[in-house]
Amino acid sequence: MSDFSIERGAADIARAVTAGSLSAADIVEAVLSRVDAVDGSVGAYLTPLHDLARGTAANVDARVRAGERLPLAGVPLAVKDNMCLTGTRTTAGSKILEHWVAPYTATAVARLLNAGCVPIGKANLDEFAMGSSCENSALGVTRNPYDLSRVPGGSSGGSAAAVAALEATIALGSDTGGSIREPAAFCNLVGFKPTYGRVSRYGLIAFASSLDQIGPLTRSVEDAALTYDAMAGFDTMDATSLDREVEPSATALREDLRGLRIGLVRQFDTKLLGTDVDAIYKKAYDDLAACGAEIVEVTLPTADYGLATYYLIAPAECSSNLSRFDGVRYGLRVEAKDVQAMYEETRAAGFGPEVKRRILIGTHALSSGYYDAYYVRAQKARTLIAHDFEKAFAGCDLIACPAASSPAFAFNAKSDPYSMYMMDYYTIPMSLAGLPALSVPCGWVTPPGGSAPMPLGLQLCAPLFAEPLLLGAAHAYERATKHATQHSPRVEAVSP
Amino acid sequence: MNWEAVIGIECHVELKTQTKMFCGCPNEFGAEPNTNVCPVCLGMPGALPVPNRVAIEHMVRAGLAFGAEIPAFSKFDRKNYFYPDMPKDYQISQFDMPLTSGGEVKYWLDDGTMKSCRLTRIHLEEDTGKSSHAGSGDGRIAGSEYSLVDFNRAGVPLMECVSEPEIRSSQDAVAYLTSLRETLLQLDVSDVKMEEGSLRCDANVSIRPVGATELGTKTEIKNMNSFRSVQRAIDSEIRRQIETVEAGGRVVQETRGWDEARGETHTMRSKEEAHDYRYFPDPDLVPMELQGDDIDRLRSSLAELPWQRFQRLTGEYGLNVKQAGQLIDNARLAEYFDRVVTASRNPQQSTNFVLGDLSRLANESGVAVADSKASPDDVAELIAMVDAKTINSKIAKTLVERMWKGDGSPKAIVEREGLSQTSDPGAVETFVDDVLAANPNIVAEYRAGKTNVAGFLVGQIMKASRGKADPALVNTVLKRKLE
Ligand SMILES: [Zn+2]
Repeated sequence: MSDFSIERGAADIARAVTAGSLSAADIVEAVLSRVDAVDGSVGAYLTPLHDLARGTAANVDARVRAGERLPLAGVPLAVKDNMCLTGTRTTAGSKILEHWVAPYTATAVARLLNAGCVPIGKANLDEFAMGSSCENSALGVTRNPYDLSRVPGGSSGGSAAAVAALEATIALGSDTGGSIREPAAFCNLVGFKPTYGRVSRYGLIAFASSLDQIGPLTRSVEDAALTYDAMAGFDTMDATSLDREVEPSATALREDLRGLRIGLVRQFDTKLLGTDVDAIYKKAYDDLAACGAEIVEVTLPTADYGLATYYLIAPAECSSNLSRFDGVRYGLRVEAKDVQAMYEETRAAGFGPEVKRRILIGTHALSSGYYDAYYVRAQKARTLIAHDFEKAFAGCDLIACPAASSPAFAFNAKSDPYSMYMMDYYTIPMSLAGLPALSVPCGWVTPPGGSAPMPLGLQLCAPLFAEPLLLGAAHAYERATKHATQHSPRVEAVSP
Repeated sequence: MNWEAVIGIECHVELKTQTKMFCGCPNEFGAEPNTNVCPVCLGMPGALPVPNRVAIEHMVRAGLAFGAEIPAFSKFDRKNYFYPDMPKDYQISQFDMPLTSGGEVKYWLDDGTMKSCRLTRIHLEEDTGKSSHAGSGDGRIAGSEYSLVDFNRAGVPLMECVSEPEIRSSQDAVAYLTSLRETLLQLDVSDVKMEEGSLRCDANVSIRPVGATELGTKTEIKNMNSFRSVQRAIDSEIRRQIETVEAGGRVVQETRGWDEARGETHTMRSKEEAHDYRYFPDPDLVPMELQGDDIDRLRSSLAELPWQRFQRLTGEYGLNVKQAGQLIDNARLAEYFDRVVTASRNPQQSTNFVLGDLSRLANESGVAVADSKASPDDVAELIAMVDAKTINSKIAKTLVERMWKGDGSPKAIVEREGLSQTSDPGAVETFVDDVLAANPNIVAEYRAGKTNVAGFLVGQIMKASRGKADPALVNTVLKRKLE
């Protein structure tokens, strides 16, 4: 085996594999040994894919030898388990799909494989991507690689843990109300949600179709840009995908923030943050200024309605999207006396409590008599929020705010749904507006009752389609602060 | 009391497209079960719909043909309910912003009267799969051992035409359906075959006292699989409702099935508890925006519609309802007919030859008139020759058969074989004299008052002239010679 360091980034790996100084086969062996060594503690993967990884790596090496230029040659990839990959178990973290093997591959995954990625495993998630801690998976526990007593964040918790624990170089997550940005913050990663429609949702098991967006979780902004560039763009299989050219973002990475105005949202409630956390964010804004940005105040008067709006629209869509899990064609089926009873018993046994809660909320919000009062009003509020962002962006280039209101918390710390929902207070408005947003590491804080410092994420948000600007600015901040590379010790290999 | 029926018709029409509504699977009838399926039409986790442009154009053309409004914006909604042969457990349909709204179906009755029925809307949706239940004997789910589902039909584009309750009789309902069917056939947007399920219709029937304006309680009749069964089912249901009410009973709102063998409707399920379909805009699909240019282009692609053709044929050309109906039923024959009329400018004779001789030959040979060797121009030439008395009708009939076999144009045959009518009085007189000389007994009978023997003599004269003598001239000369 070569002396491959599993901490190397995607850009670096692809260059070395392309140059022939590293082989995808060697890389995959190193990463699989890391998986074998630490995943028993971390639990990032629901389904590791050793055979597929080795086969794909051999194929990548052959393609490189044949002269193909692959922008992500040999880069180890974790795939959130709500994305289809032909022949692999794809569970969405739910009992109802526990044994379902996908017969086709999601477009985003296919594009990354085509770009040379090697799939290492299917990563754990909150059931059907509903949750903010990854505690809602019906199929496994994932732990935060920086403190195994704490959650990795959700819903893309497995993806985040895999990359943070060096069990993959990059990961795919899906973000509906913050599900990439929040686990990225909890695991000291870059988590990037592109503009809605930039990355095809074809093959992503839907939670809320009008909000879901696939994006990368990586250890650097450069890797995020590279991953995004490889998978963004129009897909004829997704009617909501944008038929609009994608400007490459990997070439737009900046060294400073001079000439940029960065807005801080007056209405965002900082009381949610503890004093220590608030201090880290204040420092982060100072750092943005130190990089040359002009800090301005912007107003988003309707931002506070984000959570309420989201918790009508997302459940409404999920109540319909999850109807197909009925035991008729695939997945779990509980035998019963007639078809109606079969539906009821299958769904009762197959869905977890959070999924059921949201299906009920959504069914109610769409039912006749309540539709106008709930769903229609929520859609109106959503439009207002989007307009607020448009107005705000007249006065600034980017908006900065926290990615999550706290660092990673201990398991079972948030027992009531509402306090869990509040974790997404800062990420939901951007999702409702379809805007590109990311979380970039911005410091460490020791949480109350914690023994080790835990990471925090700074959220940056840009106008629609301004991914190059967003990633470029995040790169400058990352370079200046080095939070991404200077971190506390992560999970060690379990001694044999 | 005198009662009148109030009938509304809902038609589901499968659109004729290469592929299904939201995926690339073939849209074809009769394939092996579950072979025309993919992740999208099976509603596999993660699969997404992409609309079929051709289906949308079919909808717009149908809307324009019925004079409907085509709104600039339209969208797809989800209709949520659980059903085993519906893969996503919601149907992608249209709720408050359908592709077309309003319009009317003009139809005609056997006595030639034109009527019309307004449309509430025509909207587009996807079809469901098909269940069959095994082991119960009668094919119903109750008591069956297991059920099978074929998803080949799931996702096929389906047009739903909903009429206003403006139809008053079963005959009108059939006439309405006939016109609707002919129009969709003419637009080539559907095969409209009831036996293959590409045209399915339900009838909403209620009764009320003549003169009343309020609607009575309606029942919905399903399972009618021919126009004949539509007519019988509606008649039987109207009778049942009148009998029920006159016996002091009450009509219950429900869905009723039609039993073809027993000739009566029966309760299927009560409709008292209304479904809450939780319609909402499908977030996987973006709203459709139709440009005026596109609509203009589609409008210009519309040809003469069946009801317009009916009016032209019966009005301008003087065809009877049955003849007009024959031509509306068969677009290619109608086109052939139009070419004959255009060339001959003689609608009456065109009708006689096309719907008479040529159609008879077509029936006998199994070759369509439009595919025969007799061209419309040849037929027009034949008509001109009859008009000019160059040939008589008997020769004309022979010529049609010769043309059908491909012996050439009528003129060519006539010239080649010297078949033109003999109108020369001298020649005709010779034929007459010869026949009279050969039949002295018959001549004597005639002169004794048995004038009906003249027919025999005419026959002999025609025979002697090999059918070419001008029959009118033969009659005149014969009469003169006998008297
Ligand atoms: Zn299909």
